[in-house]
Order: sequence, then C-alpha cells, then structure tokens
Amino acid sequence: MTDVVVIENGGGNVSSVRYALGRLGVEAELTHDADRIRRATHVILPGVGAARDAMQRLAAHGLDRVIPTLTQPVLGICLGMQLLFESSAEGDTPCLGILPGRAERFAEAPGRPVPHMGWNQLEPVRASPLLDGLAPGDYAYFVHSYALPVSVHTIATCTYGAPFTAIVGRGNFHGAQFHPERSARSGTKLLANFLALPA
Amino acid sequence: MRFRDHRVVGDILELATRYRDAGADELVFYDITASPDGRTVDRSWVTRIARILDIPFCVAGGIRSVAEAEAVLAAGAEKISVNSPALNDPELVSRLSERFGAQCVVVGIDSQTVVRDGETRFEVYQYTGDPDRTRSTARSTLDWVREVQERGAGEIVLNCMASDGVRQGYDLAQLEAVRAVCRVPLIASGGAGAPEHFRDVFARAHVDGALAASVFHLGTIEIGELKRWLRSQGIEVRP
Repeated sequence: MTDVVVIENGGGNVSSVRYALGRLGVEAELTHDADRIRRATHVILPGVGAARDAMQRLAAHGLDRVIPTLTQPVLGICLGMQLLFESSAEGDTPCLGILPGRAERFAEAPGRPVPHMGWNQLEPVRASPLLDGLAPGDYAYFVHSYALPVSVHTIATCTYGAPFTAIVGRGNFHGAQFHPERSARSGTKLLANFLALPA
Repeated sequence: MRFRDHRVVGDILELATRYRDAGADELVFYDITASPDGRTVDRSWVTRIARILDIPFCVAGGIRSVAEAEAVLAAGAEKISVNSPALNDPELVSRLSERFGAQCVVVGIDSQTVVRDGETRFEVYQYTGDPDRTRSTARSTLDWVREVQERGAGEIVLNCMASDGVRQGYDLAQLEAVRAVCRVPLIASGGAGAPEHFRDVFARAHVDGALAASVFHLGTIEIGELKRWLRSQGIEVRP
C-alpha cells in the first residue's frame, strides 16, 4: 500500500501539494519526523522560498543527513528539487549533494523577467517512467529564479533563454522544477507516475 | 458608471471547476467590494478552491497586511493581488515581496486616460469596487508601474477602466505604453468582447496574459475554442 509523506519544511506550497495528492486519492501525511519519513513508501520534498532557509529547516530536524540515505522513491518539487543537488547559488548554499550540480540564477533579459513564471513546455530527453502519458511540448507551470543546467540525469528540459532541467532522476531520487500540483493534466500525470514507482 | 451593478455569477466552486475544465491557465478571484467596505477578503472559500483547482490562482481584495496575505497563501493560493491598499501604503508591496517573494505579489492597477492641465495622460483610480467612492488618485499610471516594480511586484494586472465591461476590445494604446515601462509579466484586463481582442492584445501590446470575466461568465466566448483560434492566428497558448 502506498504510504506517502510530504516533508514539512515551511514551504508555501505544502497545502497545494497535499490537495493534488488528495485528488489522486492519496492522503499524504505532513511530517518532519525522520522515522516517519523512513517508513513511507514515497517521500515528497516540496519547497517554496530561499535555499538557505530551507536547508537550515531540514538541518534543524536532522533531515539533511536522513534524506540522502532514503531508498524509496523521493520527489523534490521546485526548490525541493534544487535541494537534491550539491549547491545553490542562492545565498551560496550547500545542499543535499544527492545529485551533481549547482542551481544558478537566471540572467534577466529584455522580455525575460526573473522569476521565470508561467506555463512553459517540457521536452523529454530520455526515457523515464515519470514521463508516461506525457508528450513533447506538454505545458507545465513554473515559478522560479534559479535553475539547474541540463545534465546526464535530466529527464526533460524546459527553455527560458537557455534549456534547463525541468525533470530529473537518478536512482530513487527524482525532481520537478515546475509545480505539478498546479500544472493541470501534465502535473497530475507526473504525480501519478511518481506514486506508481515501486517502493 | 460601468462598474455599477456587478453581476452575481453563480457558485464560485462550480465556476472554478468549469474554467479549470475549459482550459483556463490561471484564475483570479476578486472580492472587489472588500476594500471600499474596509473589510478583508473572506477566506473560507480559498481552501475549498485550492482543493479542486490544478491550475494556479490568485486572490485579490482587501489584503492590507503581510498577515492577511500569509493566510491566503497558506490556504493554497499561489498569488495575492493588491490594489487600493497598495495605493494607501506603497510600502506594503515591499513588505509582501520581501516576505513571500516577487512571484507571489501581483499589483492590480485601475487606470484611465484623463486630460489634466491640457495634457493627456493615464491616471490610477482607487476604490473602483464602489461606484460612489471611485476616485482618481492623480497618480500617473506609468510612474506607479515603475514604483511597484522597484518595490518588488512580480506581476502587474492593468485594468483599463474605460474599456472594462463594454467589450469593445482592450485599450491597446494604454497597454502598449505600460508595456514599455513594465519588465515584469503584464496582464491586460478590461474590454475583451471578441476573440480578435485577445489576438490583438497579445500581438500588438505584447502582454503576457489576457484577463477576461464577463465574456466567459456569460458564455459569449468558450475558452477552449478561443485558445484553438488563437493558435490558428499564430499566438502561442497552452492547449
């Protein structure tokens, strides 16, 4: 049986993520308890806000050491995805170091304000069960100022000025830079695909 | 006054569901009487909306403090929009942006063309939810657009009052002028009456989004059909 926890980390989108899971018939528990997180079949790390604050809140509960040891499917959303990487240029913050790379700030340009905010298209770059039912060009809803460059772990890209990582995966760790909880059909698919990953 | 006699438009959840299913990209919930009445937006419905919507939504109306904004965001809204309270207390925009980030903070501006001292310019209006209290602030719209960006607004919704509710098209001249000084996303509001109006506002005023109410509420324009038509006209929209 699927037992989903959402890591409580002070982010503003926690309610929205839980409501989205609710629409998929899953009642996710909100917790920062390490044992509870270890017992779950699926773990979601949401996040809206600043990288340094988020890492400090994780560390306050010892979760900066717990999360990298998890063996069940983990999904980081937005800032939660960025935290899975080595570091963020936002406050020059060391992150969880599960995936190689550093989140860098978008360069502002005429017609390309930062934060990048709005509906933008996904381009799959390699096969993944997370992409089941998603097609190239499907739209997802993004709100972010920092992004990860494309790497071998990138599953799908999005382009804002330059391509960046929109969906990432390595082993049991996954991430979505966009907000699946607010991305209509594409987001619902991604969440359902994540929940279908074997624990 | 075109702002008189606001129509009552059915149950809010039913409407939200209808627009979600029709392919709306974002919904804005206005409690336009909140500021004139000196009360804050009733939030009991925000959570109910957040549970059913899988698209972003924004709540506007009477948000005058960081605490009021926090409650709305915690209930599941992506963004909060401030209008009259920001005019009374411009520092509010700065406080909201510092606390929640620019991406959460929308500034709504009601504006119209006026002739003042023989000069034609755009001026910001306040309390437009109440016809008896609606008044010009004598503020230049373009200056206000610049100021709120400096203060950390992440998005601007420009409601061109003379066009609003009359469905004769967006005020392209005013939107173009605001676009020229607006580097954050700009949403056009007021005047949509036909599919061509949406095409023109994207193609000519280069706005990031087009907001409309009455044509959708009344069923004059169907969102799915509108988007298909816009794509056929070369405007990039989410299917």
